[in-house]
Formats: sequence, structure tokens, C-alpha cells
Amino acid sequence: MDKSVNKTNKFDILGSMNLRTKTLLAIGLSVFILVLVVIISFFIDPSSITTDWSVMNKPPSLEHLFGTDWMGRDMFTRTLKGLGLSVQIGFFASVLSSIIAVALAFLSSFNKYLDSFVSWLIDVFLSIPHLLLIVLISIALGGGAFGVLVGVAFTHWTSLARVLRAEIKRIKTSEFVTISEELGKSKFWIARKQILPLVFSQVIVGTILIFPHAIMHEASVTFLGFGLSPHEPAIGIILSESMKYLATGNWWLALFPGLSLLILVLLFDIAGENIKKMLDPASAND
Amino acid sequence: MNDLINVSNISISFTQYVKGLNQRELKVITDLTLDIKEGEIVAVLGSSGSGKSLLAHAILGILPHNANLSGTMMYKGEVLNSELKEKLRGDEIALIPQSVNFLDPLMKVSDQVIGECKDEAEEKEKRAKQRAIFEKYGLSEEVDDMYPFQLSGGMARRVLVSTALLSNPKLVIADEPTPGLDEKSVEETLNHLRQMAEDNVGVLLITHDIDAALKVANRIAIFYSGYVIEVANVDDFSGEGENLLHPYTKSLYNALPENGFNLTLGHQPLHGEIPSGCPYYDRCDHRLENCDKIRPNLISIDENKKVRCFKYER
Amino acid sequence: MIDKKKIAKFLGYKIVRFAILLVVVILLSFILIDMSPINPVNAYISNMVVGPEKIAKLEAYWGVNQPITVKLMNWLGNILTGDFGTSLIYRTPVLQVISEKFTASLILMLSSWVISGVLGFILGVLAGFKRDTWVDKAVKVYCYILQSAPTFWIALLVVMIFSIWLGWFPVSGGVPIGALSNTVSFWDWLRHLILPAFTLSILGVASIALYTRDKLIEVMSTDYFLFAQARGESGWTLIKRHGIRNILLPAITLQFLSFSELFGGTVLVEQVFMYPGIGQAAVSAGLRSDVPLLLGIVIFSAIFVYVGNLIADVLYNFVDPRIREGEESG
Repeated sequence: MDKSVNKTNKFDILGSMNLRTKTLLAIGLSVFILVLVVIISFFIDPSSITTDWSVMNKPPSLEHLFGTDWMGRDMFTRTLKGLGLSVQIGFFASVLSSIIAVALAFLSSFNKYLDSFVSWLIDVFLSIPHLLLIVLISIALGGGAFGVLVGVAFTHWTSLARVLRAEIKRIKTSEFVTISEELGKSKFWIARKQILPLVFSQVIVGTILIFPHAIMHEASVTFLGFGLSPHEPAIGIILSESMKYLATGNWWLALFPGLSLLILVLLFDIAGENIKKMLDPASAND
Repeated sequence: MNDLINVSNISISFTQYVKGLNQRELKVITDLTLDIKEGEIVAVLGSSGSGKSLLAHAILGILPHNANLSGTMMYKGEVLNSELKEKLRGDEIALIPQSVNFLDPLMKVSDQVIGECKDEAEEKEKRAKQRAIFEKYGLSEEVDDMYPFQLSGGMARRVLVSTALLSNPKLVIADEPTPGLDEKSVEETLNHLRQMAEDNVGVLLITHDIDAALKVANRIAIFYSGYVIEVANVDDFSGEGENLLHPYTKSLYNALPENGFNLTLGHQPLHGEIPSGCPYYDRCDHRLENCDKIRPNLISIDENKKVRCFKYER
Repeated sequence: MIDKKKIAKFLGYKIVRFAILLVVVILLSFILIDMSPINPVNAYISNMVVGPEKIAKLEAYWGVNQPITVKLMNWLGNILTGDFGTSLIYRTPVLQVISEKFTASLILMLSSWVISGVLGFILGVLAGFKRDTWVDKAVKVYCYILQSAPTFWIALLVVMIFSIWLGWFPVSGGVPIGALSNTVSFWDWLRHLILPAFTLSILGVASIALYTRDKLIEVMSTDYFLFAQARGESGWTLIKRHGIRNILLPAITLQFLSFSELFGGTVLVEQVFMYPGIGQAAVSAGLRSDVPLLLGIVIFSAIFVYVGNLIADVLYNFVDPRIREGEESG
């Protein structure tokens, strides 16, 4: 008996038996934390983030987990509120992004001129660095959260649109679509009744995977000073403020809010990748 | 003649994930037993895509990451474990692969054939040898500097055969060397195999081409749904096929054009839907009482012949 | 060898395509600015005292009070003749500002591009080669985390660690805006370059390393890799002969396709380190309504990204022997 072979066999079975459970666990846990963050941030009363000059610039302690800023505001509450805001903007932006992607992918499937138009449009949107385009769009819309939201939405649809475009092309060559065409069904009918249900899971996964990018870009743009007003408790603004206090040694002002944002983004990534694995087992076989 | 390699009770399976990440075990080869002697050509005959190539990969120790292998292999009386496999492959055991896809697309043919060299002297020696072998197979000097995609089908086949000869192997595993070739190239390829056997090399021919197998092999192992159901001498495939034992082998023989083209209905069970009893149960016309419940073992009839059927058990 | 005629035809096609793209980018960005509440002329006037002559000239440049189509054509004509207008912040012609700032940023971008490319490739090969070992896991964790990390936050951490805590480098700033080439000594300048370049490098590693790893694993399961193993090749030589040979070109191509993200990262990093480059200029232009400068930077960033894509295309089409010689003989 080949011992080394036998050993790896055992290991493989053990390692893979857990995969389904592990995947479900990863999805469950990350979704749970994300929902928790949003709910808590909803219930934080903005008035509770008050200035309290008696606890200015305090490093992290049990009372103030993330420390306090130069106005004595509790950084933990501010961070939570900021994360909540980020998730909200990220949510609307990625949903809007997906809607654009789906619409354009279907548009490209109607005829070959529209198809080359859509792929050209993708090229145009990829030719300007995202960050610059978001800034430009948010300025065009007069700044504010709405400007950032639209800017982020209009720069993140390209990859999903590409995937869907290819997928729709594949479905359109399949037999049941050809039969429907011969039966004289309209293109719109085929798109709605036959193609949309098949690409639905991809749209969902795509939307979830846009989420982390959207959040990160939203934070970046606010960090640079575009969009949200300095009074909003957004993560980007908190971090941009912290820059002024770094030299005085207030490291906690930058460390914890940024770390929280990183974990948030990572959780979305984990959830998205694992849901993708569940729906497309081929990627897990390897 | 001495035994070169003995393979007994080899099983190869894969752990697979299906929708929702439920896993299942996919058995591709079950309980395979086979032996090859020096100077002998043994063919493993089975339908294409049935996973017979994995037998070659198992002997060479190059199965994919997620494959599970069990069973025993002996090479010249020594246990063939992963260390020995690594030592022997590309040296005493050589592979002739299926297609040009097995050549690195970005490397010139001659560089691939000679493999890695420790120093310039070794490279010079190997290059000379490669040139000589190429010459023998009618591959001109231009071929040395070609990339695989520039080779024609016949040229690619000759290059693949010549890679096997560079190391003076004792055992050559030829994996589907004939499909896609014209009659002349097939004949040529089979001649190469015959030549090797004459030089006392053992050849394992993995194929779905019964004609090719009958032309060159000394013995033929019939592969059905992951099982070897019979090992027969090539002479048994003659007359009315009365010396063939297993009903499937007989039907296979009778399906040959020169024997009347009598086809048997049904198809081989696919991997994952193999019944608990005999894999041939559905199509067999000699069914016995327990054939659908108990799986027969591969039993030896004499030194060379084996069969997996209750009819011959006693 | 490489067919000169074919490459010329290819480049010609690409240049025409690019010209169209550029015109669209110019028009698109102008429309976006025109939609905004910013009035370029008022923004200019409100920032300094200007005579009526100058105002008239500005109004003519921007086509004030004319329909959008006329304004667009007017603006496009200006750009095509090389007149990008005058920057409001720097009070010098936009082209001059951009060439100065872009040079500073190019050094930053190029150095981090090379470092992250080489380092990422090495890490990717190591991880793929040592698949499922601790090396692989460490590389994967590092890459996943950095991919999810906001660029500017990593930059802040780098400042905190190396400038404030260790005190090895100046706490950003120091180099006055616009005084890059002559007034500052080389070492001073280098001291200001190291941290931003370092930050961009460690961030850029992630995508290239993950890509290289996956690609190597893909190659390791190909038929030709299997056959090389069957011929007795193994270990590092096997990876070198058949692995790296097949993944190097796609990896370099990917690195060239990353110019857009590189630019975005540079904007953020320059902001944190106050590095006087194109990114900082873009942010100031946006925040202070310096419309001509912002539009100019958008146009040049598009050119920058396109050049990267073009090089990637050329590499893909003319270096791989399968495509290069395959079409020739066919």
C-alpha cells in the first residue's frame, strides 16, 4: 500500500467534507455582522455623539473602545454611524450599478450594432481612472451624498455588464431560445421570460461583489473632500480629520475607523465569494 | 518472460462538488488488475472518455490534486510508491501522450524533448541523441526549432513517440496514440510500438480503437464502466470468438464489421450510476441469479487470461 | 520575426480608435462640468482681481451665454489646437502645470509599478508552487486583506509607523508646491518619494500576486505540464521551464492593464503624503473649482490609461509565438 497516497486521501476527505458547512458558516457569519452594523447604526441617535470637552483626545479604554477625538466625541459610536452610512450608500450604488449593467447587457443582445455600442461604452468608462470619474460626476451633480452615490454607481457596472453580455450570448444560442424565436416570440418576451431567470443568480452575486468596491470608493472620495459635508460622520471624513492629529500622536483616530472599514469590506468580499462558490460549484472542485 | 509491472486492485476516484456544495465521490476506475511482461504489448480497450488515461497517470504518479488512489503496484517486484514513481518516470517508464496539447505551447520542440540538462556536455549529448531519433522518425532539422502549433498531426505524433525513446525506457505507456490519424500514420505508429516490444520494452497501449489493439497487442484488457471485465489473448479474437469469455467481449467482437456488425442494445453505465451488481447486468443475456446484487470478482483462468463473470466462478 | 507592416496596421487602427475615444472623453467631461453649478469664469474672477479685457477673453474661451453645442465645439477646438486654458490655482497654462506634475507622479507611479510587479509576481509564483502550504496561505491572506484595505488608510498607517513612531521620514509636506526640480536637493526629494512609493508598491502587489498564483495553478494542471512531469522534470526547474514561461506574458499584460487603478491609488497616496504630483493637483482642482486644470488632467489621465492598454495589446498580439507566427503562416 502506498502510504503517502493514503494519507492525502484521508486529508482530502476530511478537508472537503467541511466545505459546505464552512461556506454556509462564512456566509451566515458575515451577513450577520453586516446586518448588525447597519441596524445598530440606525439606532444611534446623532445627538449621542456630542462634544464633551472633559474627555478630549483620550486613547482607547473600556469606556471608549476606539478612544475619543479632539472634541471628546466617542470614536466607536462615530465609526459605527459612519459604517452604517457607508453600507447605505454602497447598497444603493451597487443596486443602481447592477441595474445599469443588466440594462446594457440586454441592450447589447438585441442586435450587433447595439452590441458594439455597449462594448465601446464599456471602453469609454474604463478609459478614465475611476476615482477621477467619480469626482467629476459628483461635481457635475453639485456634490453631496447623491453625487457620490451616482458617481460610484456609474463607474462600477462595467465588469458585471461584461459577464452578463457573454452569458446572454451563450444562452441565446441555446435551443429553447431558438425555438421561441421561431414561434415568433418578441425579443422582449424572450429576454424577460427566458434569459433573465437564468442570469438572475449571476446578477445577485455581481451586485454583492460590487458592494465592497463601492464602499471603498465612496470612502476614498469623501476622504479627498468631495461629496459629503464635513459634519457627516462618514468614515472617509473621520479619517481625513484624523490626518491633522496624527503628528500629535493620536494614532487611534486613524487606526480603528480604518480597520473597521477594512473588516466591513472584507466581510462583503467573503460573503460574495462564498455565495458564488455555492451557486457555481465548478470553482470549488479544484 | 519476466513480469515488468503488476497492478492490482487499483481504484481511482474524485471528490466532486455539485450545486450547493454537496459533495459526492466519483469512481472512475474500480478494482483494476493488470500485468505486463517484458517485450509484451498489453492493450487496455475501453470507450473514449471512460477515464482509462488515469491508469497511465496513476502509474506515473501524476494524478491531479483531488484524485484518490488505492491499490498496489509492483514494478519489477518492487513496490511502486511515489518515490519510486518519481525516480522512474521519464527514465525507465515513459509516456506517449494523446495529443499535441501535451507539448508546452511556448517552447521549441527540441528543447522540450531533451528536457532539463545539468551542464553543456549533457545537453550536447542529449541533443545528438534527439537528432538521431528524430532522423529515424523522418523529422527534419527544421522541426527542432518549431513550436508545437506549427507541427502537422503526423509530425506531432512522431515527436511524441520520440520523446519516449530518449531515455531508453523499459515500460512505455501509449495513451490513445492513433485517433485522428490517417491509415498510413496509424500503421506507422503501431510499427513504432512493435519495434519497441522487439527491443524487449513492455508497452501498455491505452486505446478505444479495437482494430489497433488487435493489430499490435499480445493481450487485451477490456475496460467497461471503470472495471476490467476480461483480459484475453489476442488470438482469442478469432473464429466465432468461442475462446472469449465475457458476454460483453463477445458482443464487442461480434460488432466488428467483418463479423456481421451485430450490435448489442444499451449503453455503458456512466460514472456515478454504476449498479451495485455486475456493471454489464442490464445488457447481459446470460444473467444468473445474483448478478444484479453482487459484483463478480476478476478471476484468473490461466496465467494470462482473466474474467469478471459468475459464469466462470466455481 | 515581428512583422513591421502588421504592427503598423495594428497601431494605425488603435490610434484611430483612440482619437475617437479621446474626443468622447473630452466632450463627456465638458458636459459633466457644464452640468455642474460651477461657472468657470466666475470661479476665476472670484479668486483674483481681473480687468474687463481679461473677462471678455475668458468668456470667449468658455463660450459663455451660448448654446451647449456651440460651447462644446468651441472647447473641443481649443483643446485640439493645444489651448487647454490657464489654471486658476497655479496661474500658469494648464499644459505647463500638467507636464510638471505628471513628471513628478510618473516617477512615483513607475517605481511602485515596477516594484509591485516584480514582488507580486515572485509572491504569486511562490504561492502557486507551494500551493496549500503556509507560504500560500500567508500570501493569500496578505493579498485578500490588502485588496480590501482602503489605499489612503494604508498610507496613513505608513505615515504613523515610519514617520511618527520610528521618525525615519518627514511627516509629509516639507516640499513647497511647485518647487520640485530646482530648489529641493535630490536627497530631500528622494526622502519624500520613498514612503509614497512604498505604500503604492505594497498595495499593488495584491492583484498581480493573486493572478499569478491562480495562473500558475492553472498551468500546473495543463496537459503539457503533466507531460513534462511524466518526462521526469520536477521541482523548481519544472516551474521555471514550463510554469513561468507560460505565465510571464499574461502577468506583464495584466500589470499594464492596471494603469487606471495605479492612477487612482496615486491620487490618494499623494493626498496623504502631500506629494506634489498630478493626483494632488487633481484634488485641488476639483475642490477649488479649477475647471481647466481638472479637465486637462482628465484628458491626460485617459491618455495614460490608454497607453497602458495599448502596450498590453501589443504584447498580447506580437510577442506570443502562437499568435505572432501562427497568423503569418496561416
